[in-house]
Amino acid sequence: MAYFDAASAEPIAPAARIALLAALDDGWADPARLHREGRQARLLLDRAREQVAALLGCRADEVSFTSSGTQAAHLAVLGAVHARRSPARGQGHIVVSAVEHSSVLNAAAFAEDSGSAVTTVGVDPAGRVDVAAFADAIGRGRTVLACLQSANHEVGTIQPVPEVAAACQAAGVPLFVDAAASAGRMPPPVGWSLLAASGHKFGGPPGVGILAVRKAVRWKPPLPADNREGRRVPGFPDLPAILAAAAALDAADADRREADAVLRSLTSQIRDQLPALVPDCVIHGDPAARLPHIVTFSCLYLDGEALVIELDRAGFAVSSGSACASDTEQPSHVLAAMGALTHGNVRVSLPRNTTEQSVTEFLAVVPGIVSRLRGSVGRVEQSGIW
Amino acid sequence: MTSPRDAKPAWAAPGPALRIDALGKKCPLPIIMLAQRIGEIPIGTVVEVLADDPATKTDVPAWCGLKSHEFLGAADLATTSGWAYRVRRSY
Repeated sequence: MAYFDAASAEPIAPAARIALLAALDDGWADPARLHREGRQARLLLDRAREQVAALLGCRADEVSFTSSGTQAAHLAVLGAVHARRSPARGQGHIVVSAVEHSSVLNAAAFAEDSGSAVTTVGVDPAGRVDVAAFADAIGRGRTVLACLQSANHEVGTIQPVPEVAAACQAAGVPLFVDAAASAGRMPPPVGWSLLAASGHKFGGPPGVGILAVRKAVRWKPPLPADNREGRRVPGFPDLPAILAAAAALDAADADRREADAVLRSLTSQIRDQLPALVPDCVIHGDPAARLPHIVTFSCLYLDGEALVIELDRAGFAVSSGSACASDTEQPSHVLAAMGALTHGNVRVSLPRNTTEQSVTEFLAVVPGIVSRLRGSVGRVEQSGIW
Repeated sequence: MTSPRDAKPAWAAPGPALRIDALGKKCPLPIIMLAQRIGEIPIGTVVEVLADDPATKTDVPAWCGLKSHEFLGAADLATTSGWAYRVRRSY
């Protein structure tokens, strides 16, 4: 059995588990209260904030914890737009890449509903935005926010964030970088004004997101605010989960280079060998400028849902961007933007403990599953159902 | 009024040599039908695929790219929701 869906949720890191259990004993009180238990909770929360800020390369008071990566992305986008809204000049213009996480695209669409203009910048077949096209879009209208992920969550391609950040800086436009796919796996991005990450993607528990807003960046709560998290995130924070997420990010960063070397070599084996083992199989994403742990491919003439189910039966947990494997029945917007085949799609994303043997076994079972499924498609056809 | 003598001969109109009706079929079925039947038409002629699964918008051109057939374009269907894709058989 092998779990190959780390990009959906990385198994809880040992350091996070220890931190979580300890915090259940001494990190449960309200950090906003002045009693001893409250001060203890506050101390732990501040320490986690300093730890995360150091790992992101920013100030502690720039970091807030949210209830998910999605909430962090929503707050980043909507708070930046809200702060630059003007009665005379309207909501302004937002630029997003076509391959952002759905939380970013949904937030942009939400802003669009209340009057923002949104420009979506396309990507090349590897899933990378064109810097010139992005810079051109920023130059149009009164741009109040640009959004570009650090790396793509479905195909692993790294985006040209430093180049886009330079264009944003030259134009005086804040840049939101969704770093959820890369946090703990790549050095922190540079040049961002706002940043989001998600605890469960780097070995923390689910239910923790990170929102960072640079001091100089205008940001205003888009929701009813309270005094929590620097007035950025309302509601009582889940302190045990936050402490565990901070410990997980610290541990992931500490062992980033070793994990990168191991996982990159394993995903390279899949990238290099699968097309020879499986006829009509396409590997997606950039072969070099990519995250270490993700490899995504599509097999012609196959149903992605059937592939996921058969691989699960064979002991491999993977995800798929095919329409039939999604709850919306829409194909992955990432693959569509790349012009890549959306059916028969599989995303393999390796957690840190992945062994070479499990990848060898995966490569051994995929060809048989594909040919069996293609054979059953052929039988359906011969029976005249379609 | 156009007399039958003035009507253009069939070979002058670049209509499809084959039409595949994949309406109501989910991916990958429209692509499988295209792959299986493109061999029925002469090289250089055009097959038209009617489909309403949104995944075909990406998958028909992607298949053409992978299989080196020429994707000519897509048009919205007039009478029902869906698209008509045209592909020229290259080999």
